[in-house]
Amino acid sequence: MGQFFQMQDLAAITPELELLAFGMAILLGDLVVERKRTLGLVALLGIAVSGVFLFRLRNVEIAAYGGLFVLDHFSMFFKLVFLIAAALSIAISLKYLDIERENHGEYYALILFATVGMMFMAGAVDLVTLYISLETMAISTYILVGFLRSNQRSNEASMKYFLLGAFSSGILLYGMSLLYGLSGSTKFADIAEALSRRPPNDPISLLAMITLSAGLFFKIAAVPFHQWTPDAYEGAPTSITAFMSVAVKAASFAMMIRIFMVAIYPLRPHWVAIMAVISVITMTVGNIAAITQSNIKRLLAYSSISHAGYILIGFIAGNDTGLTAVPLYLLIYTFTNLGAWAVVVALRRRDVIGEHIDEMSGLFFRHPAASILMLIFLLSLAGIPPTAGFIAKYYLFAAAIQTGHNVLAVIAVLNAAISIYFYLRIVVAMFMRDATEKTGLTYSPGILTAMGVAFVFTMLIGIYPDPFIAMARQAALLAF
Amino acid sequence: MDFFRQHILSIIAFWPLLGMFVLFFINKENKSAIKWWANFVGIAGFLISLPLWFWFDRATADEMQFVENVPWIQTLGANYHVGIDGISLLLVMLTTLLGPLAILSSWTAIETRLKEYYAFMLMLQTGMLGVFISLDFFLFYVFWEVMLVPMYFLIGVWGGPRKLYAAIKFFLYTLVGSVLLLLGILALYFSYPAIAAQHPEISTVFGAGNTFDILAFQAMGSFLPANLQWWIFLAFFVGFAIKVPMFPFHTWLPDAHVEAPTAGSVILAAVLLKMGTYGFLRFSLPILPSGTKQFIPLMITLSIIAIIYGALVAMMQPDMKKLVAYSSVSHMGFVTLGMFALNPPGLNGSVIQQINHGISTGALFLIVGIIYERRHTREISQLGGLSNVMPIYATVFLIMTMSSIGLPLLNGFIGEFTIMVGALQENLWWAVAAGSGIILGAAYMLWLYQRTMFGRIENPANEKLLDMNLRELATLVPLIIVAFWIGLYPAPFFGVLEKPVNKIVLKVRPDYSLGAPRLNARAGEQR
Repeated sequence: MGQFFQMQDLAAITPELELLAFGMAILLGDLVVERKRTLGLVALLGIAVSGVFLFRLRNVEIAAYGGLFVLDHFSMFFKLVFLIAAALSIAISLKYLDIERENHGEYYALILFATVGMMFMAGAVDLVTLYISLETMAISTYILVGFLRSNQRSNEASMKYFLLGAFSSGILLYGMSLLYGLSGSTKFADIAEALSRRPPNDPISLLAMITLSAGLFFKIAAVPFHQWTPDAYEGAPTSITAFMSVAVKAASFAMMIRIFMVAIYPLRPHWVAIMAVISVITMTVGNIAAITQSNIKRLLAYSSISHAGYILIGFIAGNDTGLTAVPLYLLIYTFTNLGAWAVVVALRRRDVIGEHIDEMSGLFFRHPAASILMLIFLLSLAGIPPTAGFIAKYYLFAAAIQTGHNVLAVIAVLNAAISIYFYLRIVVAMFMRDATEKTGLTYSPGILTAMGVAFVFTMLIGIYPDPFIAMARQAALLAF
Repeated sequence: MDFFRQHILSIIAFWPLLGMFVLFFINKENKSAIKWWANFVGIAGFLISLPLWFWFDRATADEMQFVENVPWIQTLGANYHVGIDGISLLLVMLTTLLGPLAILSSWTAIETRLKEYYAFMLMLQTGMLGVFISLDFFLFYVFWEVMLVPMYFLIGVWGGPRKLYAAIKFFLYTLVGSVLLLLGILALYFSYPAIAAQHPEISTVFGAGNTFDILAFQAMGSFLPANLQWWIFLAFFVGFAIKVPMFPFHTWLPDAHVEAPTAGSVILAAVLLKMGTYGFLRFSLPILPSGTKQFIPLMITLSIIAIIYGALVAMMQPDMKKLVAYSSVSHMGFVTLGMFALNPPGLNGSVIQQINHGISTGALFLIVGIIYERRHTREISQLGGLSNVMPIYATVFLIMTMSSIGLPLLNGFIGEFTIMVGALQENLWWAVAAGSGIILGAAYMLWLYQRTMFGRIENPANEKLLDMNLRELATLVPLIIVAFWIGLYPAPFFGVLEKPVNKIVLKVRPDYSLGAPRLNARAGEQR
């Protein structure tokens, strides 16, 4: 049968199991360990060990648990992205939580649990597995967003995120139930087969597709389902904002690729039309809204909305280039964006909130190296060569041109050009305004390491992208 | 020596970047060390580019020389492929000459944040040189965009009162053009494999797979469908026309020029604008012959508008620097007019005029900068009678004014004359319009000279002005020498241009007979 539990199935999820064990251990350790920063280091160790397990599985391709969960290059790639994002997020949290006076062991455990959820999401090829892992990630994140217990904005953000998240999960679940009703199976491959046998304009299939898409667009914060993002990003602890904007987003895209490119692939003509519209308005609204922001966290939140709009181009193109572009973009975005967030986290000091753009004034005069790194991260976000961001955008635009989506490509590149305007506002503040008494950064070994790693990869992928492109391509090609 | 000869282009291009990294290790308080080092890097950069002029093989000036081709991003088919022909040779030499002069001119003009200033100047130099030597479109695009960042900082940090506005305007305008250019490049990139599959003569030389090789694109050009060529030309047009800048995309230029520090204006006018015209010459014309032909009426119209409009606006400027900036619009109109006349004299004149514009406008910006350093104003009404106190300055200014208005014996004449010949071969009215531009040019430059240099000193602030010192003279003498050289003996310049220009003409107009120049004024309509 193969339906029953086998020992080798357990081997397939060793990275996740190991991470889970570390999360539990941290929860227990929280009772006895006084220095909470130690727990953060334990969490980093857990991620490293999980990475080792992941590496040992790198060439294994199996469908475990009777085809509910697969190991392939696609899931491998995304798991790597999640681990990197989690590690860097923890690195930038260590000192930051002390400053916020909220350094508790649960924080690190919750990040690990969320990561475990994401790793299952990347490997899920079944609706139930997918949904459970999605909720594992989401619930951990809801708590993390509200982690600053005495901070009203954090509480508000958490509540908003929870309500809208639950709402979108509901819609998603509705779509899933329709798919199950249509196909009699929860497996993506069976659903695709059942859908392809139905008439082309079947209203039930379309309803399932639309509700499913709406739920997913909520998760990636595509316009018009984006309103929760700026508030949640602004209110959450900055380190969690960084984690959400990178890891949670990457996980949602991994889930989207599996659903759109496998489960509801037969409906592609329909969802491509919807997605093209969503993509255009997402990038445009994200960019235009970002122009007017003076809070750095909100500015980067809107910028992350517009990035989701660009990534959708990869789905619309739907060919090799497009599907390579999505994982590649997410990998590059992970390094670049976390680097930028690391600088924002460092802005927070005991007596300075460090979220307003004016609080970066003259940063260059106090901290030239960090400012230059921030400049590079911002240029990478804007897609200026020779940074990695250019390679990422290049791949998406190339995919659009290759598949004849010329109008979409023109709108996307014009958006990319406009986006330089608000990234440069931060640059202007850092390099061209005088320092104030508020200007300054809190460094910690964790933040410095995160900045350094982000910088090295942002430049490395920009100048020599070959191995990374090869990895992304392998992930994209072998998944389907 | 062999190593040097084989990698000379890379060494020339990356030497300033290396100098920039060394600069990082100099203490920022040690101002004289920073200045000396930056000047050393600049002058050494010029010296190591000199062998190009002597080693360049003029018999094969239309072939790429000093070629280096190393795989870079293999998954995309992008290579590190550099090389120069006669056209790029001149532009590379122009860049390596103007770079050190601009650096030298900043010696006393820039007082704050020296280290970053010179770092950006050197980075800019690498970016510009990279643009002129790239033979791979991906590499070209990287250099093309990279130089936006240092220029943005040069304007935004060391600029005038409205520097932030000017800097962001410069960045946004050029970036919008660049990204559309990228789409054009991508369209070529994806068209290549299909065309190479049908034409073994291309695929045997350049391979059948995806490539960014500019030479491969040039070979494929004539096989592209006319409709696609029109679109790609449009994308390229936006990218390059903003850079040139052609009317009506020129509005960033006066702002950027007026706000930029002197050295920034010099580089902007002398080299950066040439990247646009170079783009047309190297890409639009040879790769998209049919697209070029379809766009000729538009290009000529815009060029003529730029010539006359730029000159008229320049005439009315109260600010010296803005006047020179608008004169750039007018002069670049000549360059594009000659280029789209699409015959050998027009194109030869167009390239020579690019060099001339670099020399004379670069010099004029230096001249404006010298007076600005002394008076902290560029208002023409504040000056007057300066020849009484600054005789050497007045002489240099006179020479460069004459060069700018195209007086025989100086460089401007050679360029404008050959462009006029080219225009006349195609259409009498083009030449008439260009001729009126020359007259207007003489009018505004001479009027400027008269108002600032002649007469009695009315403004007491001008009475005690010091004449140019040796350093300032040193920034201008090389330009004066080149101006006379081109004016008196342009043969070496035309010598390297003739072959590559003929190659381009034959590419776009295969029926053009190089032997017998057609002086029929109506010929333009027979295309």
